[in-house]
Amino acid sequence: MKRYRVIGKSVLKKESWDKVSGRVKYIDDHQEVGTLHVKLLTSTYAHAYIGNVDTTEAWKVPGVRAIVTGKDYPLLIGTTIKDRPLLAFDKVRYYGEPIAMVIADTEAIAIQAVTLICVEYKPLRVVNSPVEAYQKDAPLVHDQIEQYLIDQDADTTGTSGGIRPVPGTNIANRQGIRKGNIERGFARSDVIVEEVFSFKQSDHTAIETRCADVEIKKTGEVIIHSASQEPFEMRELISQTFNIDEGKVHVHIPLVGGSFGAKTSVQLEPLAYVASKAVGGRKVRLRNSREEDIVTSPVHIGLHAKVKMGCTRDGKLQAIKLFFLFDGGAYAERAVPVTKAAAFDCTGPYTIDHVWCDSLCMYTNHPYATDFRGFGRTEVAFGVERTIDIMANKLGMCPLEFRLKNAIQPGDTSPTKVLLNKSNLGDIRECLLQLRELIDWDRGQRIDISDRIVRTKGISCTWKNGDPPPGVGAGAILTFNSDGGININCAAIEIGQGTKTVLTQMVAEKMKMDVDDVFIQMEVNTQLSPEHWETAASRTTFLSGNAVLRAVEDAIRQLKRTAAIILKVPVDELEVANKKVYKKTSPSISIDFSEIVYGYIFPDGKVAGTQVVGRGTYMIPGITEMDPVTGRGIQGPEWGVVAQAVEVEFDKRDNTFKLIRAVSVADAGTILNYKGAETQVMGAMNMGLSFATREGFLYDDQGKVLTTQFRSYKVMHYGEQPEYIVRFIENPVKGAPFGSRGLGEHGIMGMPAAVANSLSLAANVSLQQLPLTPEFIWKTRLKAGEVY
Amino acid sequence: MIEKLTLDINGEQWVATVRMADTLLDVLREKLDLTGAKRGCENGDCGSCTVLADGLPVKSCMMLAVDAIGKKLTTIEGLQDTPMQHAFVEKWAFQCGYCTSGFIMNAHALVNQHPDATDEIMEEWLSSNICRCTSYQEIREAVKSVLKEQRFDRKRPRNRR
Ligand code: FES
Ligand code: FES
Repeated sequence: MKRYRVIGKSVLKKESWDKVSGRVKYIDDHQEVGTLHVKLLTSTYAHAYIGNVDTTEAWKVPGVRAIVTGKDYPLLIGTTIKDRPLLAFDKVRYYGEPIAMVIADTEAIAIQAVTLICVEYKPLRVVNSPVEAYQKDAPLVHDQIEQYLIDQDADTTGTSGGIRPVPGTNIANRQGIRKGNIERGFARSDVIVEEVFSFKQSDHTAIETRCADVEIKKTGEVIIHSASQEPFEMRELISQTFNIDEGKVHVHIPLVGGSFGAKTSVQLEPLAYVASKAVGGRKVRLRNSREEDIVTSPVHIGLHAKVKMGCTRDGKLQAIKLFFLFDGGAYAERAVPVTKAAAFDCTGPYTIDHVWCDSLCMYTNHPYATDFRGFGRTEVAFGVERTIDIMANKLGMCPLEFRLKNAIQPGDTSPTKVLLNKSNLGDIRECLLQLRELIDWDRGQRIDISDRIVRTKGISCTWKNGDPPPGVGAGAILTFNSDGGININCAAIEIGQGTKTVLTQMVAEKMKMDVDDVFIQMEVNTQLSPEHWETAASRTTFLSGNAVLRAVEDAIRQLKRTAAIILKVPVDELEVANKKVYKKTSPSISIDFSEIVYGYIFPDGKVAGTQVVGRGTYMIPGITEMDPVTGRGIQGPEWGVVAQAVEVEFDKRDNTFKLIRAVSVADAGTILNYKGAETQVMGAMNMGLSFATREGFLYDDQGKVLTTQFRSYKVMHYGEQPEYIVRFIENPVKGAPFGSRGLGEHGIMGMPAAVANSLSLAANVSLQQLPLTPEFIWKTRLKAGEVY
Repeated sequence: MIEKLTLDINGEQWVATVRMADTLLDVLREKLDLTGAKRGCENGDCGSCTVLADGLPVKSCMMLAVDAIGKKLTTIEGLQDTPMQHAFVEKWAFQCGYCTSGFIMNAHALVNQHPDATDEIMEEWLSSNICRCTSYQEIREAVKSVLKEQRFDRKRPRNRR
């Protein structure tokens, strides 16, 4: 394999010292005197008509500057189906939905005033699960979906357009996959299993809650500061919704305090815009409390899945039929792209000739969903990978051997009928083989420690393509400092994933210079940075990286051209390294970058060259629209694969368990920053285990979310984590920067399935719901007659 | 009610005008621009607002500013080049960095109060903070490396210090 100087090295994050000394300024840390504060009044019902919203008492609080209600702006917005009122009018559709807002001198005053607003509700029957939503006589969350506008712009919908709500139902969209002939597939199968899996919605709970500042200038320019992953989409949405020239909307994104998909949706910014407008354009801040961040802002989708799988006696998978009812919540937003993507990679990394899948995004009276790390795969894999284990068990085969036997190979096709090759598909067999060693698989999947305690291992395999819509791209600009150092300007957003540092490594590698001489602006500003499709789908390094590499080539061309004149050496005999241009055959003939980056002046006053500015742009090729019925199309550039295992120690007496060890072997292509990649995967694994074992909303029978604080919404804490082990297989991808694959999400995808497989073996019952709490395990065992 | 108070923060005296109901976190961030302590829940659940009062970690969202009078407060801005900060950088114990100030303050106090901290003590202390990005394993390694270093320093003969 190719060796690099800087690529692959564990270069520390550029912003490391700012982060450990409290100097990083996230959005909430920038405080300007005179900023007004906005607080939302949110719904206490999940489904109700709203009558009069009485603000009389609220107005009496000194310091209140404005109050806005839904009636003031009867607008519908959304990046897929335009179904969401800015502030609810007529009807509320989820518990926590914004109804009105108060703009006041301080947050405390705004909160006080909000409590004095009275809302008349007329409760309606609640749609409290995606299964309920699917019933023929279910109340409709939206009465007239056929009247909603749909944003068919692939660029904003993500995962391609073609969104079709079904009138008279709660179906926001249906995405199908039809490959082969499903009847024939089952006819060829000797063994068929059919199982149901489910989990409720949950939340990303990034520690930084969402926050947006908006100011409207006298010129009509709108200045937005926000913790978001999508500055350009936000600009477009604000411009369209309020009919403002897009060029007049400027979005600034500082460093973001975690997201995991949460900050891809545009929600607070249009509200803050309206709030600012209500106070004559003054700067306002709208910041979520933790409770609002959990229910009012978009959440992680829930799922009810039916999985039917057919296999021959000797263990060759023949057919898979999948039916997904996703709990997209009250508004379509980005739940639709998630549920579409879930269908595209629905089989997992296996060769299955006959595939049938219908993935439905259901409207319910729950908070609305958006992207979550894994983008549909984490969710689907829970059901599919559990079924794989159930099938292997039925056949009396080792689950690892069974997976090896069916592992997808170059020459096969994806469910979307893309022909796979060594470049566009990671090597899942190799991942599995290494996993087998790392987890001591052959020492036994189940070991009894005592008559109470048993140790078990469970595994899973997952894959993921990137889902950028067709035609997305990125740009980068390189400028030079007088000492020959380089500044990178591009719109990739730093949310902790280390993208910015990786981009400096790429420049340093190509320029053969020290990475300390390469700088990158942490903030993104749509007025200055070249356009970039959202920082999501693990595609940022791919898009920005390609743009940056082109910018480097452009800069090198300019440097060489100038140096050729000064050194009197033909351009193609020149090379760059260590901030110098030199002659390949005699390196002592050279000139420093510092002498030429702003152009060169000869003693006689003649000049050579001009300032060097590297420009690079990139547009992703070969992505197509996806057929809504058959799923045929090319959804992304490549499939990264990962094999994972979780070892637990289960106490048969009280159904508690300890997470002992979790292993991931991922084919991530060339690793760009070793430690960065390893810790990304470890963090994602931890989030996956947290989700699988602890997280999930509880709703009451009226659809009210009961778990809106970290006290009731439990996430993994220090000390509860297992030992994490991560290994990479570096199987490079063509067309990607240095051959790297997407990585940010792969650690999470198979964790719920692997831990469920492990615990199912330990508890001797099939666990088919999340979270896997001791209480749930106990109930399942009780039902199965395993305990009394 | 508005009160003028003097707080001892990072070895300096700071004067602020506060409401009686203001938390220490509010005052640090909004009145004194010490924004290293973060608001993650304002409910005592996440630890991102952790500062030290007389060397012990407190969640500054749970303490009224007026209750901090007379206490020696340390915030992340008061840590300069400490072993814990180095360890967090070297062990990659943060990603987005939002929980980091709180974690470092807690861990810094832990190694001072318990130079021989066992895994159980570490867990007891550090489980009060939430990180959503890392796997906690990196944080564990960072804290352990500082404990180890300290032990090594203590064993070295005095004249070599
Ligand atoms: S903000 Fe203080 S504990 Fe969360
Ligand atoms: S580093 Fe992001 S929450 Fe800990």
